[in-house]
Parts: sequence; structure tokens; C-alpha cells
Amino acid sequence: MTLHELDVSIAPPLRNGELDFEAPWQGRVFALANSLCERGVFAWSEFQAALIDELKTVKVTPDQPYTYYEHFLHALVDLLDSKGVVSSGELERQIDRFAQREHGHDHHPHVHAHSHQD
Amino acid sequence: MHDSHEHEHEHDHGDAALRAEALEALLIDKGLVTPSAIDDLLELFNERVGPMNGAQVVARAWHDPEFKAALLDDATQAIAPYRFVGGQIDRLVVVENTDAVHNVVVCTLCSCYPWAVMGLPPKWYKDPAYRSRVVREPRNVLREFGTEIGPDRLIRVWDSSAEVRYMVLPQRPGRLRDADESACMAAITRNSLIGVEEVV
Repeated sequence: MTLHELDVSIAPPLRNGELDFEAPWQGRVFALANSLCERGVFAWSEFQAALIDELKTVKVTPDQPYTYYEHFLHALVDLLDSKGVVSSGELERQIDRFAQREHGHDHHPHVHAHSHQD
Repeated sequence: MHDSHEHEHEHDHGDAALRAEALEALLIDKGLVTPSAIDDLLELFNERVGPMNGAQVVARAWHDPEFKAALLDDATQAIAPYRFVGGQIDRLVVVENTDAVHNVVVCTLCSCYPWAVMGLPPKWYKDPAYRSRVVREPRNVLREFGTEIGPDRLIRVWDSSAEVRYMVLPQRPGRLRDADESACMAAITRNSLIGVEEVV
């Protein structure tokens, strides 16, 4: 892998401080981890450890590009599962429910009424 | 990568977005987060947390020798009065660029970064290529950023961790010799605080 990204990433000072998220969910999941830490659901050091473990498994190949926030999300999901906050089964059921929504539906979580089946 | 999920990679982005959304919804249901808390944090990252904090610290150090000495001695203490948001920094160490030494920061393990003073890390900072190459061949990597470090200057690479985060104190360029703090701040880039650029 080369460092092609470096050349295009030299940001002018005016862009300083801008978030570097490729998609809105990446920003939300980043904020989610911080918010859970503030609420004391886990210590930041626990999340750091989970993220380090997760990133150790990364193998970058041409057909599997490096996607930092997917690993970030994976580490968060694993940590919440291991702490019994959100089980993997619970999450999969929620994903299935969301996946069955109609296309064109506004996927933003704010606007959903949440069904409780657990 | 997760071997059992190879078939999903075609739809990675959508899958991850759905997974993130489902997770957020469950946590909202459980009362552990609120959508407004997430929105507030995002706004905070965007507007209040950023490399401007680091630039402010550097500009002051350029103007105030006592502050500079304190910053190099114990940056965690020196910046404490600023009350920057971003409490995950256990210990901040500021390393000074001189005519003899140029410093550059990396996190070889993941992407530890002092975001209270430098905002969120740029994409390339998290890239495995940067993380491994800047240690092995810093001069080449810096050249790719357009930064030429002469052979007479030593390059020191600092590896951040969850416990210790580094920020570079760049050299003050000659053109800013008489500039006030705010003019200096405007010239100080995020990349110069990581050490992949100099302030010009």
C-alpha cells in the first residue's frame, strides 16, 4: 500500500478542525463512544484496549481497503457485548428490523419509534 | 478483517451504517444515550475542539518564554488552565523543533491523538501505511507532505499511546518575528502540530 492519500490530504489552514468523517454514521459512532464513556458505561482506557485489539487484526489488501471507523464500530460493539450492555443477538435483531424498512425511509434514529421485543 | 464476513464487504458501507444506527437506537432505548447528546458532541468536535487549541498554545509559547518553558517541562500542567474539552489525555508532552531536531508524531498501535489540542485525527494519521512508514523512513514520508528536512537535522519520531500524547512545538518562521499571537495562530496548521509540515 502506498501513501497516495498523503498528497491530497494536506489541508489548508482554513480546514483545520474539520471532522474527517467519510459518512455521517462515522461521526455519530465516534460521538456515541464518547457519550457512553461520559456516562460511565465504560472507561476510555477499556475502549482504547478494545480498539487496539481490533486494529491488530487488520490486514489491508487491494480488495479490502482499510476502513478505520468500521473497526472502531466493531470494537465498540464487542465491548458493549462483553459488558452485557447490548448483546450481539439483540443488535442483530435490531439490524434485521431496520433492514426491513422501506427504501427511501429516513434512517435517522431520531425519528423512529422503537419497538421493544426483548 | 473478519474472515467470516467476507461476503458482506461489497456492502460494507451500508452494513456498517445500518449496524451503527441499530446500535445507537438500542442505546437510546436503554436510556444510555440521547440523540441530543450525540448531536451536541458532534457540534463540539466541529466547532470547539480543534487544532485551534493547539495553535493557541503554540502561539503563546512563541511570545511568552516562561509559558514555553512550562509547556516543555510539563505540558499537561501548562495547558490545564485552558480547560480544553477532551478529557482523554492523561499526559500531554510537547516536543520542540529546533535547528538541530525536527519532531514528528505517530501512533503505531492505533490512532492515539491529543484531540483536545488538535481536533480529530486526519484520515492519513489512521492509515497503516503512515503508521508504519513514518517510523522506518520519516524523511521520505515528510517529503511526500512537501516537507524537506535537511540532512543536518535529526528527525525524532514520537509514538503516542493511550497514556502519553505528543504535540509538536513548531519553529517560528522569520516572517512572523514581529507578528502578534493571533497572526501567528492563523499560520499554525494542524499538520505542523503533528510534525509533517513546518510553519511557513
